[in-house]
Amino acid sequence: MLAVKGIYKTFNMGTVNEKVALRDINLTLKKGDFVTLIGGNGSGKSTLLNCIAGLHPVDKGSIIIDNADVTKLSEHRRAGLLGRVFQDPMVGTAANMGIEENLALAYRRGQRRTLKWGINQQERKIYKEMLKPLGLGLEDRLSTKVGLLSGGQRQALTLLMATLRKPKLLLLDEHTAALDPKTAAKVLELSDKFINESNLTTLMVTHNMRDAIKYGNRLVMMHDGYILLDIEGETKQQLTVEDLLQRFGKASGEQFASGRALLS
Amino acid sequence: MLQIILGAVMLGLLWSIMTIGVYITFRILAFADLTVEGSIAMGAAIAAHAIYSGFNPYTATLLALVGGMLAGLATGLLHTRLKIPALLSGILTMIALYSVNLRILGKANLSLLRMDTVYTAFKNMGLDRIVAFDKLGISQVIPIITLGLACVLAITVILYWFFGTETGCALRATGDNPQMSRAQGINTDNMIILGLIISNGLVAVSGALIAQQQNFADVQMGIGSIVIGLASVIIGEVLFGRNSFFSRLISLVLGAITYRVIIALVLEMGMSANDLKLFTAITVAIALALPVLKSYLRPIAKSIKGGM
Repeated sequence: MLAVKGIYKTFNMGTVNEKVALRDINLTLKKGDFVTLIGGNGSGKSTLLNCIAGLHPVDKGSIIIDNADVTKLSEHRRAGLLGRVFQDPMVGTAANMGIEENLALAYRRGQRRTLKWGINQQERKIYKEMLKPLGLGLEDRLSTKVGLLSGGQRQALTLLMATLRKPKLLLLDEHTAALDPKTAAKVLELSDKFINESNLTTLMVTHNMRDAIKYGNRLVMMHDGYILLDIEGETKQQLTVEDLLQRFGKASGEQFASGRALLS
Repeated sequence: MLQIILGAVMLGLLWSIMTIGVYITFRILAFADLTVEGSIAMGAAIAAHAIYSGFNPYTATLLALVGGMLAGLATGLLHTRLKIPALLSGILTMIALYSVNLRILGKANLSLLRMDTVYTAFKNMGLDRIVAFDKLGISQVIPIITLGLACVLAITVILYWFFGTETGCALRATGDNPQMSRAQGINTDNMIILGLIISNGLVAVSGALIAQQQNFADVQMGIGSIVIGLASVIIGEVLFGRNSFFSRLISLVLGAITYRVIIALVLEMGMSANDLKLFTAITVAIALALPVLKSYLRPIAKSIKGGM
C-alpha cells in the first residue's frame, strides 16, 4: 500500500546548518499493516511522515502510495490518498468553522470542490451517526465552532475526519503527545478501534515505547536518519520495553541510558 | 440634519461594497491586502475613462470589476507563486497601480460632469422630482441610495451563497487553517488568489460607483482607503455583532454607514477635513487595541472596586 524507496532528505543543504534528516530510507507497508514508528528527537521519524504527506520534497528516491507514484505531487494533490492527524490538536481542524463544516471539508477530500452547497442534510445525518461512537456528545453540537472544543475533543474530531473517507494510508504524527495522559489513552484507544474496524493501513509516530509495543502489528525504530529496527509478527507481540532498549543498544552501539533518555 | 445623515448613508452604502472586499481578505483570508488602495482608484479610473469614451455606464462599471479582479490576481500571483510576503505583495501592486491608473486616466483626474452615470436612469425615473424630497433637499441623494442599496443587497446575497458552497467553504478554511486545508486536499494557493480576485473586484466596483457619484475620478482617491475599510469592518463587528455569516455581512454594511455618519458628524462639529485621516487612524488603532486595553483596564477597575 505504501512503498518508500531509497529516500534521502537533507535540510539547509550546503549551509553550516546542514542537517541530514533521512538516509536511504526503504519501507514497505502491506495493506492493513499498522506500523508504529518510534525514535528519539531528531531521529527523522516526523520528517519521514512529512515527506510521505508531501510537506517536504525529497532529495532522492520515490514514494508510492496505492500503486501511484506521488513523489512529485504537492501536498494537497496527494491528500486524497491520505488521512492525517497531527501532534498539535489546533492544527487538524479549522477553529472558526463548525463541527459539521469541518467534517464536510474532510468528506470532500480528494474531490473537486464545486459550487454545490458545502454541506447537505443527508451528510448531517451521516455525521451525527459517526460522532455518536466518540461518546463526547458532539453529535448534538453539529454547528458549534470547533475552537470551543477541548484539545482531546478536537483530536478525536480530527481522527474522525482523517478516517471519514477511508484513506489508503493513515498518518498519525504523535497525535496524543500534546494531550493529558487520560485523554491521550482515550484517543489512542479510539484510533486503534477505527484502524481495526476499517482495516486501515497506518503509520503511527510515537515517542512512547509502551504505546509502540502495545499497538500495531509491526514496530519500526529510527535513529539518526536510518531505520534501525523493523520488528513484526510474533517477535513484536512478545516485545518488552527492556527488549527494545537492548536491541536499540545493540543496533546503534549506544548505551541503554542514552536510549532511555531519548525514548522515554 | 437629515440631509447630512442621508448623504452619509449614501456614501456609506457605496463604500460598504469596498468594506465587504476588505472583510474577505482581512478577516476571511487573514491576508492584510493593501492592493485595495490601488484597486479602488483603478475602478474609478476605468469607469471614468470608459464613460468618458462613450461606453454605457453599466458596461463601464463591469469593466472596473474586471480591472479590480486583475489587480487581485497580480497580488495573488506575487504572493503564492513568487512567495513574496502578503503585505509586500499588496504594496507592490498598489504602487504599480498608481502608474497604471495615471495611464488609464491620462491625467491626475477626470471629470464626469454632464455625462450619463449608472445613477442617471434612477434619476430619470422621477425619484428626484418628488416634491417632498425636493423640499427636504435630498432629491439628489435618493436615486443614489436606491441603486447603492440594490447593489449591496445583490452582492450580499451572492456572497452568502458563495461562501456556503464547497469552494466557498474551502476558501474560508484556507484563511482559518491553511495547514489543515492542504491536508484536506484544498489548493490553498488557488484559494488565496480567488479570494484576492473577488475582494479587489468588489473594491473596484465600489470605486467605480463612488466616482460616478462624485462625478470625477482622481488618481489619489485610494489613499487611506484600507484604513477606512478596516474602520468600517471593526465598527460593524463591535456594534452589530457577528453571529451568523449573513448577519456579519449586514454588519459590514451598517459599519460602513456608521463610519460615514460619524465622519459627517465630526465634520459638522467643526473638525478640519485635513485631520480626517488622523482621526480615522486613531479610531482604528483604538478599536484594534480594544482587547489589549480591556485586559489592562480590568485589574485597575477591580482594584478601584476593591479599594471601595
